[in-house]
This record gives sequence, C-alpha cells and structure tokens, in this order.
Amino acid sequence: MNEEQIILEVKNISKTFPGVKALSNVNLKVRKGEVLAVVGENGAGKSTLMKTLSGVFYPDHGSGGIILDGKTVSFSNPLEAKKAGLILIFQELSLVSELSVAENIYLGNLPRTKRGLIDWRRLNEMAGKIMADLELDIDPRELVGNLSISRQQMVEIARALSMGAKVVIFDEPTSSLTEAEKEILFMNIRKLKEKKVSVIYITHKMDEVFQITDRVEVLRDGQNTGSLVTAEVQLEDITKLMIGRILDDYFHKNQAVKGKEVLKVENLSKAGLFENISFSIRKGEVVGLYGLVGAGRSEVAETIFGARQPDSGRVWINGKEVSIRSTEQAVKIGIGFVPEDRKEQGLVLKMSCKENISLAKLPWIKNRGFLDTAVEMEMYEEYKDKLSISTPGAYQKVVNLSGGNQQKIVIAKWLSMTPDLLILDEPTRGIDVGSKAEIHKLIAKAAESGYAVLVISSEMPEIIGVSDRIIAMRSGRVTGVFTDAEVTETTLLKAIAHV
Amino acid sequence: MKKILRFFKKKPIWAILLLLVVIITILAPEFIRRRNLLNILLQSSVNGVMAVGMTYLMINGFFDLSVGTVMGFSAALAVGLQPLGIFPAVIIALLAGAGIGAVNGFLVARAKINAFVVTLGSFIGVRGLIYIYTKEDALIGERMVFSDFGSSSVLGIPTLFIIMLVIAVIAEFVLRKTPHGRNTYAVGGNYEAAENAGIRVNRTVMVNFILCSLAAAVGGVLLASRMNAATPGLGWPDQNLMIIATVVLGGTSLNGGYGSIVHTMGGVLTIGVIQNALNLLNVQSYYNMLLMGIILILVVFADSRFKQARNALRVTDS
Repeated sequence: MNEEQIILEVKNISKTFPGVKALSNVNLKVRKGEVLAVVGENGAGKSTLMKTLSGVFYPDHGSGGIILDGKTVSFSNPLEAKKAGLILIFQELSLVSELSVAENIYLGNLPRTKRGLIDWRRLNEMAGKIMADLELDIDPRELVGNLSISRQQMVEIARALSMGAKVVIFDEPTSSLTEAEKEILFMNIRKLKEKKVSVIYITHKMDEVFQITDRVEVLRDGQNTGSLVTAEVQLEDITKLMIGRILDDYFHKNQAVKGKEVLKVENLSKAGLFENISFSIRKGEVVGLYGLVGAGRSEVAETIFGARQPDSGRVWINGKEVSIRSTEQAVKIGIGFVPEDRKEQGLVLKMSCKENISLAKLPWIKNRGFLDTAVEMEMYEEYKDKLSISTPGAYQKVVNLSGGNQQKIVIAKWLSMTPDLLILDEPTRGIDVGSKAEIHKLIAKAAESGYAVLVISSEMPEIIGVSDRIIAMRSGRVTGVFTDAEVTETTLLKAIAHV
Repeated sequence: MKKILRFFKKKPIWAILLLLVVIITILAPEFIRRRNLLNILLQSSVNGVMAVGMTYLMINGFFDLSVGTVMGFSAALAVGLQPLGIFPAVIIALLAGAGIGAVNGFLVARAKINAFVVTLGSFIGVRGLIYIYTKEDALIGERMVFSDFGSSSVLGIPTLFIIMLVIAVIAEFVLRKTPHGRNTYAVGGNYEAAENAGIRVNRTVMVNFILCSLAAAVGGVLLASRMNAATPGLGWPDQNLMIIATVVLGGTSLNGGYGSIVHTMGGVLTIGVIQNALNLLNVQSYYNMLLMGIILILVVFADSRFKQARNALRVTDS
C-alpha cells in the first residue's frame, strides 16, 4: 500500500467498558478517495470504533493512536474531530428540522454582515454553490423538516463537504432508505470519491459492500479478522471472517410436544396498521412473526399485549375469549412481553438487576403490604443461574451490563411470572453473536417447559432457526404461513417483499 | 476518611451542611446553642413535611408547583373552620389538600396534560380559593389547644419536628419496602418499561400527586398551629419553588427515578440553617434568598461534576 496515500490510520486502538473489551488492538488504514467497508456482526465493535475515531469515546489510556493526514491526533469531542475533517454521519440524522437547508449546512459558522447580523444572501449563495457542486436540486431556503430522509442525508453530506471533510463515516446509512433513495446515496458517495474525500462505510448488508466499496475491513468481537479488496473476494469469504465459528448448533430447535391452543387471534384489525390477522399458538410451540420493519409485526404483538386497542377482531387465551384493555390486565391473564427496545421499553436502567427482575412480580411478593426482599433475592439468584446472567451482583445497576445480559434480565423478569404466552420482539437486536445463541437456547427451553412463544424478528436465519411455524407479514397483512419443514429463505423472502 | 469523602462526593449536600455549621458557629457562636438548634428544627418542620411529598412526586418524574398555595389553603381552612371543632377542621383541611392533589393527578395521569401546566393552574387557581374563603382577611385561631399544640414539645424536642420526623421515617420506609415505593422509582426511571411490566402507572402517578398535596396540607395545618393564624398570602409567591429546590438540594433527580427522603432532609436542614444564620447575623432577608439561590446551583453543579467523574469510569455502549 502506498503510504503517501494513507489519509487516516488507526493503530492498536483498544476500548474497554466495564466487563467488556469492546475493541482490542484494532488497526485500520484508509486511503485517499477510497470507500472502505467496515463490517461485522452486531456487537463486533463497528460503532464503538467509529465513535472512538470521531471523539465520542476516548480510547483506553496508552492504547495506540489515530493518525490523520500524517499527524497524530486525539479528539476529546466530536466537534474537534469535525474541525479536523473527520465527520461521522449518524444513523439518526442530526439536523435541525425547523431550520433551512442553508442554515443547517453552516450552523455554528453562519456568515455575518458588518453589523453582526446573519448575511442571508451570502448564506444562501454559499449553500447553493455546494448543492450545485454535488448536483443536488435542493433549495437552500427549504426547511429541512420538509425533506425526505434521503434528502436530509444529502444535506448532511453537503454539510460535511462545507466543513472540509477528509474522511466521512457513514453508520448504516441505508437502514431507512428505499431502493431508489439508496441509489442516490451511492451516487453521492461516488461524488465524494471524485473529490478525493475518503469514506468509511459501516454496514451489515453484504450487497451494499459489493456495490459501493473498494476494500473491506472485517471486525469480530472487537478485533480485526481480515482486510480484503472487495473486487477480489466472494461473499462467503467475508461472512466466514465475520462469524468465525461453526453455526451448526447456533439455533436450538425446541423438542417440546405441542399441547393445547394457548393463543388464538381471529381477524384482528387496526386501521392503518394491520388487517384481518388470524393465527394461533399451542403450548410448547414457537411461532415466528416475520416481515420488514413497518409490516405491522410489532403492532400486532403490542395489541395482543394490551398496549394498543384493536378496531375489531377477537382474541382467546387458553380457550377463553378475552378483551385486553391494558398491559396490567395482559400480565394478569398470563402474557409476558419482551419489547423491541430493551433500554427504552424493557428496563429501568437506573435500577439494579434484582429490582428489574422482580419488577412485574411486585404485587405477588408482598408480605403484609411490604416487599419480601428475601423472596426477591431468591428470584434473582434463581434466574442468574438458570440464564447464566453475568453480573457483579444483585445490586449492580443494569445500565452497566452488556446488551446480552440486559436482555437476559428482561427475559428473567417474564419467566419469573410463568406466563402462558411469552412474546419476544426482536430478542437479539444489538446483542453479540455468543449471547445470541444463548438467547435462542432460552427460547427453545421456554417452549420445552410449556410456554407458548411468539417471536418477532427481522433476521431471516433467526426466524427460521427458532420457529416451529412462521407467519409472514407484509403491509399489515398475513401473506404466508410456513411450517419449519417447508420454509426456505426464498419462499419467505417472496412472502414479505414488496412486489 | 476515604469513606467519608466518598459519601460527601455522592451526596454533596451533607458536606455543605457540615461546612455551613462550622462557618456559622465561628461567625456567631450562639448558633450552636441548644435553644437555637431546636429553633431550627421547629422552623424546618413545615418545609420538611412538604419536601417529603415533593420527593415522592419528583422520584416519580413530575413536580408540583401548587404546594405553596395548597399549604396556604389548608392553613386557612384549619383555622377558619375551628367553630366546627378542631378535629373536623383539621380533617377537612387535609382532605381539601388531598382533593386538589387528586385533581392534579387525574389531569396529568389520565387526561395527559403537562404537569407544569396543570400545577401552574392550581397554583394560581387555589390562591383564588384562599382569597374567596378568607375574604382577604387574616384568620385568627380561637382555640388555645390548637396553638398550644403548635408550640408544645416532647422531652424538649418540638412536637412539630417530631411529627415531621415520623412522617419522614414512614415515607422512607414505604419508598424502600413497598410495591408502591418501587413502582414510583420504576415509573420515574422508565415510564414505558414500567407500563410494559404491567405496573399501573396511572395509579402510581395519581397516588403520588395526592401524597404530595396531602403533605402540603399537613404542612399548612402545622404552620397554622404554630402561628395560631392563617394569612391569605401564606406560601405566596415562591414557597413551591423553595420546596422543589430543597428536594433538588437533597440529590433527587429532576428527571425522576432517583432520590431519597433521607437526603431530602439534608436539603431541608441546610435551608433551615441558612435562614437561621442570616437571622442571627442580622442580614437582610433579601440576601438570604440570594445566598440560597447560589447554594442551590452550587450543589447541583457539584453533583453533576461528581456524576461525570463517576460515569467516566463506566460508560456503557449499546
């Protein structure tokens, strides 16, 4: 590699969080004007690496350094990184929607008139020039809030250019884009290349890697596992480096004998979200609900759990028709719900492991009106062992645990309630590969010990791996039901894809 | 020694209280006399009871701007209704407080109106009730029993302070040991997660609004018995804010999910000590307010600094 062309070099960077070594001696080289893909499973350390690069996190003391354009740099906040030309474009865009495009581009650096007022004429001229440069047809005077997500992304790119970006980092930029919008993004990335700006492209979508990148850097468990030239490799080469272990016993099929019907849903509808949803789950059965984001999967689950009210339709639990008006009622009837976003919806982060596990069970561990802390402690000990939760202790706040252990705490909370029906929405999102397999095992075990389980997931291997039966959804409708024996990735994909 | 230092870093309010006591004792030696200290306890009683209620509500993630007026209203009722007998008067005063809390709680929890707006409304509206009821006149107590109670003491300790202490101890116990206490932390810490765990979040919020107003009403009754009178301006205009400040001084999070009665008491005593000291030193009461404002900001600043230092050691990533 021609050393002169290296614009950014990362040497032996490590980053430790309590209990987790998120990055361990990671190296990275980015050449001028190239697009480098950084790939890896969830929890491989991609985002941590980028946040460390751009000054959000500080690398471990004494662990290597960052060389930008020949100079060793160290950023204590994202602003310093930006000024040096290293710009991170987050998954969630960071624009002010009430301000105009031009204002957003030059925010913090607005041109002034002699009297100190904002020089609107010059501002819009400057912004217009950048837009023309990128061949974008966006009016600088338009409010950012009126633009589509993909056009907002373009404004972010324009802003990066206006700041003299040397390296632009994209973190999963296509997660909320349509196919056509993706093409526009790629076009803009190619323009960045032409201007000799380097791009780091973080993704877990392999097709994008082959479409847009020049080289690939693979991370696994916080370490480099390979550095490849995109044009010279096959998909299998990359995935092997990403996963790095044999996935045969990755999924555990539950061996439970299926019993009586626990949940039956008939013609459940909610305007604008889903229509005529009918299915049932038996004791000891794992049913997967599969579909793209926005297909209405989570909404169906939330409705069964009483967090939303359906417009019409009927629900039976254990053969008895029920009308669930609140989550509290759902819990009493015997439904447990592990929500999609454990930090926002599942855990009270400021509370301890013990307190989070007992959260749903408080009314049942009362002794003359007071909490029976001994029972609470027993519960904690029991599930810590059963689920092999690794935590320093009962009083450890859950905010300090890793994603996998946090998720186990949420699952423990529901297992302690011994519900008849357990609903898990995206149970392994943002969890490292090892813990994923453990969660899958837990799901199988739950079914084997007699729960009816409903799993929602947007990961195809996961849904195929854990489910006895899969219900495919598209735009709020059921588009297919597959048994474990007959399902293939192709048939499933056909059922959920937009035609 | 290290342990003590760590405690102070976690709860800077106690360090500030200690520091104040030392400084004030040097400036005005009579501060540390028994009589004066008992006087501070007596003067802190009303604020203390009210701060207990506010602590509950703030751990729950809300605050109540109307406590000062609720206190004034219940004081007026407790004095003005004495012709009915002291006991009925006090009960009605307390029920009125709880009722206002129930309305606040209902509007916030069920009707989902912003708590700031709701309690701002009752802050103004209840003041109107006071003026209507008192016809803008000060009310004087008729029964000596009532005022005797307010100035009495048990084993040399002011009765009012003992009442506050009992309330505080029970409140801390309930907060730590009962489902309602735990639910309060859970709802304040993460409303959505609490709801998903099947906790009756609306009920928890309701109850805490009622408790907060009830505590304010108790404060009003205690104050009325101490003064044997109620003026229409009691608690106006800024006692509500002083109570919130007291609770914040004690380290309770404005965002909810964190706090304790014990440390709120640290805030109560600190404010009691400052007020007393400035009296001893013959400082104009305006300086009193200035100083309290500065201390409030200092404590919160120190707290956030220490918190940052603690968090730097254990940042977590998704």
